Amino acid sequence: MSIRIEHVAKSFSTYPALDNVSIEIENREFVALLGPSGSGKTTLLRVIAGLEEPETGRLWFGHKDVTRTKPASRGIGFVFQHYALFGHMTVADNIAFGLNVMPRSTRPSKDSIRSHVGELLDLVQLPGLEKRFPSELSGGQRQRVALARALARKPKILLLDEPFGALDAKVRRELRSALRAIHDDLGLTSILVTHDHEEAFTIADRVAVLNRGRIEQFDAPKEVELRPATEFVRAFLD
Amino acid sequence: MKARSQLKEPTSVKALLIAAALGYVVVMLLLPLGVVLAEAMKKGLSAWFRAVSDPDARSAIRLTLTVAAIAVPLNTVFGVAAAWLISKYDFRGKPMLITLIELPFSVSPVVSGLVFVLLFGAQGWFGAFIEDHDLQIIFALPGLVLATVFVTFPFVARQLIPLMIVQGRTSEEASLTLGASGWQTFWHVTLPNIRFALLYGVLLSNARAMGEFGAVSVVSGHIRGETNTMPLHIEVLYNEYNFVAAFSVASLLTLLALVTLGLKSALEWRHRDEIAARL
Repeated sequence: MSIRIEHVAKSFSTYPALDNVSIEIENREFVALLGPSGSGKTTLLRVIAGLEEPETGRLWFGHKDVTRTKPASRGIGFVFQHYALFGHMTVADNIAFGLNVMPRSTRPSKDSIRSHVGELLDLVQLPGLEKRFPSELSGGQRQRVALARALARKPKILLLDEPFGALDAKVRRELRSALRAIHDDLGLTSILVTHDHEEAFTIADRVAVLNRGRIEQFDAPKEVELRPATEFVRAFLD
Repeated sequence: MKARSQLKEPTSVKALLIAAALGYVVVMLLLPLGVVLAEAMKKGLSAWFRAVSDPDARSAIRLTLTVAAIAVPLNTVFGVAAAWLISKYDFRGKPMLITLIELPFSVSPVVSGLVFVLLFGAQGWFGAFIEDHDLQIIFALPGLVLATVFVTFPFVARQLIPLMIVQGRTSEEASLTLGASGWQTFWHVTLPNIRFALLYGVLLSNARAMGEFGAVSVVSGHIRGETNTMPLHIEVLYNEYNFVAAFSVASLLTLLALVTLGLKSALEWRHRDEIAARL
């Protein structure tokens, strides 16, 4: 699903976190939001998710204005940096959460939820871990479970907030290619926040470089690398 | 090779410290507890039983349980709501609200009771209104509940606020992005995350609600068999030199406290793995 953001602004107490940001993301595109901490990239992602309300501006998913839509009804999947798994639930219950909270009339049957959980675990390459608790898993496994959980309600849009930030380099590379494969398989539109330009360049179709709440450049990785649009982008990539 | 580490105390110092700690516990905690039980049983089990089944004593027990049964749920709901507000939202005057919640800890219980007499007593602010509508607040159950609610106000909130601030909002945000409603999020995500702290808060609040003396004393009016809670009844008996009866009821109150403590420890023991996994 395409995403259009028009003139979004948001400030925290005094400093502007987003300063009149506009960006258009195409259907099935994988976009990375790249920038140093405090550049506003996470705030932009949270505005798209509905976790932060913009002060001005509009937000469109396809042809639908979702500026005032609650996160629960936006049809998104969100993956957090520190997994945010529910510690008191098994892996299966974590993944099924989004389905179990659906109103009875639209909720799938117990059996179909169970088989769907199995399929999602296969998708993230963790078959058979249904009965485990999050505390029994490694960091990489936890993030895979979190990804499966975010995909359970078949969202069209996947939002990821530094999902590999807490993982070591090897696990990071594995998860990166797994994520890109899932994105292509399911036909998702994905936005990934990162401060690591290598990560942004290897996974994304286009990269938006943010600085002080503004988008400095939005281009294919090659373009950004070869022709940095501003002095900031040049310095940040060095 | 010298095996003694720098942190190890000489044996004599160690023994002295242990003896001091043990002595303190014995004198300050075990001895008074023992005295209560010994005095209660001084004239045998039948005297104890007679004292606690006396109509006035039974009415005091019933009243104490009633007051606790109303005050504790009220403060549980309030405490959870306040902790939720403080830990999950940003707003002006948050430190002020936290200070206000803790106010009952720093106000003398006598003053806490007096406040309600000044508000709802015959000469109080709302005295005329209450008389006109034929209501009874002071020297009756509502007054006792009000005073108890005021005194036990902070317990649940105080247990929850630091924990919920540390836990942050991410779990709730995850739940919301997964399509859960606010209520479902509270029920399936927040509540399981705080259940042990909540339970401790409720137990502490309950212990205080049943044991409160000062505030309740002011609003009670000391009508025997009607508005005397257990602590007040104990004082009346004691002032009448009815020591065995006084200590018998006191032993019952102590027992309630010990049961509360036992419950807490049992829960900690039963869920030790889960508690350890959370830390």
